[in-house]
Amino acid sequence: MHAHTSRSGTKNPRTRLGVICFVVSLVLLVVLALCSIAIGSRPVPLSEVIAVLGDPGASGVAAEAVRLRIPRMVLGVLAGMALASAGTLMQGMTRNPLADPSILGLNGGAAFAIVLSMATVGLSAPIQYVWVGMLGSCIAALGVWALGSLGAKGPSPLKMTLAGAVVAAMLSSLTSAVLLPRIDVISSFRFWQVGGLSGARFSLIVPLLPLFVIGEVMAVWCLPGLNALAMGDDLARGLGSRVRLVRMGAWGASVILSATTTALAGPIGFVGLVVPHAARLIVGSNYKRIFTLSLVFGPILLLASDLIGRVLTRPTDVEVGIVTALIGAPCFIVLARRRNLQQI
Amino acid sequence: MRRKTLVCSILVALAAVLLYTDITFGTVIYSFNDLLRVVSGEQIPGISFALGELRIPRSLTALACGAAFGIAGSCFQHLLRNPLASPDIIGITSGANAAAVFGIVVLGASGLELSAISVAGGLLTTAVIAAFTWKRGLSLGRLILVGIAFGAMLDAASSWILVHADQWDIQSASRWLTGSLADTQWSDVLLSGIALSIGCIAIAPLSKRLDMLRLGDEIAASLGVRVGASQIAIICVSVTMLSIATSAVGPIAFVSFLSGPIARRISGYGSSALAESTLVGACLVLGSDIIAQHLLTEQMPVGVVTSVIGGPVLMLLMYISTRKGHLE
Repeated sequence: MHAHTSRSGTKNPRTRLGVICFVVSLVLLVVLALCSIAIGSRPVPLSEVIAVLGDPGASGVAAEAVRLRIPRMVLGVLAGMALASAGTLMQGMTRNPLADPSILGLNGGAAFAIVLSMATVGLSAPIQYVWVGMLGSCIAALGVWALGSLGAKGPSPLKMTLAGAVVAAMLSSLTSAVLLPRIDVISSFRFWQVGGLSGARFSLIVPLLPLFVIGEVMAVWCLPGLNALAMGDDLARGLGSRVRLVRMGAWGASVILSATTTALAGPIGFVGLVVPHAARLIVGSNYKRIFTLSLVFGPILLLASDLIGRVLTRPTDVEVGIVTALIGAPCFIVLARRRNLQQI
Repeated sequence: MRRKTLVCSILVALAAVLLYTDITFGTVIYSFNDLLRVVSGEQIPGISFALGELRIPRSLTALACGAAFGIAGSCFQHLLRNPLASPDIIGITSGANAAAVFGIVVLGASGLELSAISVAGGLLTTAVIAAFTWKRGLSLGRLILVGIAFGAMLDAASSWILVHADQWDIQSASRWLTGSLADTQWSDVLLSGIALSIGCIAIAPLSKRLDMLRLGDEIAASLGVRVGASQIAIICVSVTMLSIATSAVGPIAFVSFLSGPIARRISGYGSSALAESTLVGACLVLGSDIIAQHLLTEQMPVGVVTSVIGGPVLMLLMYISTRKGHLE
């Protein structure tokens, strides 16, 4: 496969497939974005959506509905991109096909830290959540990493997953321990805890936008290094790649991206797991291409899950975190059944 | 044999002390005399209700469910020959729990009906996880991975149902998320008691076979054990007990995982130590309930305490398993 993709140039059928997929999914993403503005407990016809988008002064119920749904759509796109990038980075740097911010404990750590700070210090602004959440996910991720790399042979997908599950189970109990006696915090937290886009507001998203950008830029910087890492640490070092620096960069970027997403939308699982694999199926093992395609696939998966959740139980919503878990877990099982689980 | 008797009597005594403490200790501390009078059927204003309707059912449920979790977990760990293969780690408890939540919220079931739904859910989950793990044999690593994924999926389904229940009430929801003994009634005692006794009666004749199966399938077969049939029988009995207990108190975290390893540590490694695991399970839930109710500044569901105890132990066991190379 590697020899295949390294013959670069547009004549390569795989590259052409990748380009076609990229364009098609970009179109799909635009359609989904429009749908997620139009569809909801009160459907708004597309023509009205476009009218409202073109005329900021428009009034009426439809216009209000559209205005509420636009931030939700934007958050869906941002969160989808961030989670997919974080997943790609984590899979690349750990060479573990089952890596994902939720499986490796980042989401649980962020959630616990945020709840703890809500309850004890009384933090209430999302920008504060982000810093606390980052601290939490760093600590949790380091714990999972340490636990998963025990033993002579170092980290393996099985040990990492198990370590992540242990840490996540403990953190979620601790989260409920902090939460249960405080009815006031529960009400603001209960939907957030399962992961949802419904609380999206531009006033919350805009201040955090730079973090998304920083995370993605760092991710792009890491990509060549990840390609080298895929050949093994020794070979990568021999090729002049600064292995430790690349790992730290990828680590930092995924922590920033997933903590920011968790602060805004709650812990959303399995997006970071599924998306890079889908991209890998299409474009092969080059991380630059996987990453590019993931940036489109992630938002598609998240917006589609959000739409499914909205349509399935109208007029209420199913939180997007629940839908992604229901979609993502079967993919995880398929991957876990593969014989060559050890390598990507 | 002598050590076994000694260990068992100590555990029985410990369970009795914990049960007594759990019943009598609280905002009002009742005397042994009060307890005797209530148990003998005397009506004492105030005390009869507090003890007879609130504390005794709660403590007895804790005892029975803890024991059921203990047996079920221990059976699984022996059959699969690894402490990490307990039903709460490989997703089976989540299945029983999701079925119970579905039964309560969507179908409005209770009592025996609810237990039946939960048992069906537990057995179905077991079958599905086994089917997805099977691939020219059963591998522990794949079982854990598939189980964790199914657990995540089923927990998502549970929280979906809970978030959209008409009367979201955090107390009852916390039961289905972490396991709790709040609001247990005599009907719960009855059900979990029946489950426990049926389970014990059914497991007792199987325990000798379980001991042989621990030696390996081939050796067990050469000793005259019908391997497949015994495995299926043991799994069905333990999943049934586990599911009934789950439908009463929710998925109390890590109890089925913890009981077996603790029991074997104190009773030596010779036998399968099923009786000891049963008692350890009961002691764990009772002890955690006492901690959850009285020793913390706020009352917590019992599952929070067990998982704070269980998490580090699981990490330790992972460490040991890794050192022995079981997870490579």
